[in-house]
Amino acid sequence: MSLVELPTATVASSRRLLAGRGLPFLRGTGVVGHVSAFVLFCALLVAVFGATIAPHDPDLTNLSFAFVGRFQNHYLGFDSQGRDLLSRLLAGARSAILGPLAVVLLSMLFGTALAIATAWKGGRFDTIVSAALDVLFAFPAIVLAIIASVVIEPGLKAASLALAIAYTPYIARVLRSAALRERSRDYIAALEVQGLRAWVICVRHLGRNMVPLIVAQGTILFGYAMVDLAAISFLGLGVQPPQADWGVMVSTGQSGVLQGYPMESLCAGLCIVVVVIAVNLLGERLSDRSNLVTR
Amino acid sequence: MLVVTLFVASFAIYTAMYLAPGNPIAALTGGRTPTPQAIQVLEERYHLNDPFLLRYARWLGNALTGDLGVSIPLRSDVSTLIRQRIGTTVQLVAFASLIIVVVGIALGVLGGLRRGVVDNVVIVLSTLSAAVPSFVASIILLSVFAVNLGWFPVLGGGDGFLDQVRHLTLPAFALAFSSIALVARITRAAVRDEMGREHVQTAISRGIPYPLIIRRHVMRNAAIPITTIVGITVASLFAASAVVERAFTLNGIGAYLIQAALSKDIAVVQGISLVIVAVFVVVNAIVDFLYATLDPRVSLGASAS
Repeated sequence: MSLVELPTATVASSRRLLAGRGLPFLRGTGVVGHVSAFVLFCALLVAVFGATIAPHDPDLTNLSFAFVGRFQNHYLGFDSQGRDLLSRLLAGARSAILGPLAVVLLSMLFGTALAIATAWKGGRFDTIVSAALDVLFAFPAIVLAIIASVVIEPGLKAASLALAIAYTPYIARVLRSAALRERSRDYIAALEVQGLRAWVICVRHLGRNMVPLIVAQGTILFGYAMVDLAAISFLGLGVQPPQADWGVMVSTGQSGVLQGYPMESLCAGLCIVVVVIAVNLLGERLSDRSNLVTR
Repeated sequence: MLVVTLFVASFAIYTAMYLAPGNPIAALTGGRTPTPQAIQVLEERYHLNDPFLLRYARWLGNALTGDLGVSIPLRSDVSTLIRQRIGTTVQLVAFASLIIVVVGIALGVLGGLRRGVVDNVVIVLSTLSAAVPSFVASIILLSVFAVNLGWFPVLGGGDGFLDQVRHLTLPAFALAFSSIALVARITRAAVRDEMGREHVQTAISRGIPYPLIIRRHVMRNAAIPITTIVGITVASLFAASAVVERAFTLNGIGAYLIQAALSKDIAVVQGISLVIVAVFVVVNAIVDFLYATLDPRVSLGASAS
């Protein structure tokens, strides 16, 4: 590809992306975006209704069925405690999906607020907040979650809160540069001249114009949050067994793996992988789209 | 900046742990009711009655000289406990980094240079591997290569160099799995970017041998974003290795951090958190330093401003 071709190709592809057919909020994400969104929608349904549509009691143990494979209407067989695997997968979707969702909502809230505030105010406020975020940046999410499990108590709440705090600097950094770009635009100056109050401009105009980017970043973050939260549950510091959760199930199934019955771990792992693939693909498409819109 | 970050981070870690519930006296006496004299002796030995800032200052001062305090449940030196285990973690991270660099950059360069089928295969592979968390990768590798095929040992660290490598192969791949995708993706984009540059196009049109162009003009410039992503990835592996160490029951600092968190061993959690944060900050600083060597413009720009 030579340099001369590049701009025309970009224009053509951007026109195709923006004019493409599709659901209103997914326009321009293509087939892959729509399929991913559909998978995520199904996952969300399972997360909300999974425990009610589960064919059996996910917590009913029956040791004589331990590691028994497919049997009558137990389509995936049983785990090491003789609990119905399919029911546990369905029930485990709740914490595995709604947990990361809470993390994303929290850190997007913190991150966006900090990004817009620092970009708007600038000066010493910006310097201090950015420095504080840089320090927070030095804490890997897992380490922060481990500390939170000691300070508060091991559980989904502490882990989610810790992850939300750990991700905030990443979100704030990306959104701050976008907010700075947006702030230097003429329309903001025009609004200021008209005498609108700062927070009205920030929320109604500046923030609103950043929504495509915020949605894209939030989607990408969901993948990370899901993996990290499941990892923390896998380590025993998140969702506590015997509650069903995909991360916990990968961990409790490990004894089965070593004895040659990997079903529990593999099924739970597969559920995580499928949702994360869908989130990553959708996030990528959304962020491509937001780049085109803002340019 | 480096020192300030570490200082504030150490304060945050110490404060958090100070606020953690739990009574060190109860941990020391193991549930028995101690006499008031015994309490007084213990309080004095572990400086439990000193003001908070004094305790923090003492802890930080000792930490700077390599003394991270005493693990109260184990009655043993935290620094010694860490030293016994950090070797495993360093080996694991080094092995995983090697895999990430070799496989990730190779895949990325392939995808960047060969359009069509090869590129699509690289994209599909990296999309798949990016979505496999290290603990799921651990389970799959354990199930396939250790339990079913029996090629690798299931658990533990091993003795002697070759045996250690054999024991660390599966954990290292599990740790590297999702990061390979990240490095491959950035490499691919960087190579593609550079291939489209004017000077590369000029070099091609002048008939300079292709391998020479790739090496001198494309890879040299693409090295900068690649270094960034490799640096960030390697720095984060130290924390991520906790998961893999736990899955393979390796005796590293990550697994020990989890164990300490579960048993509320405050001094150990403090010590290892500090080590991990310090490593993260130092590796990032090294990457910043590498920019200047890789790209002379970086240091020139800095001095001009």
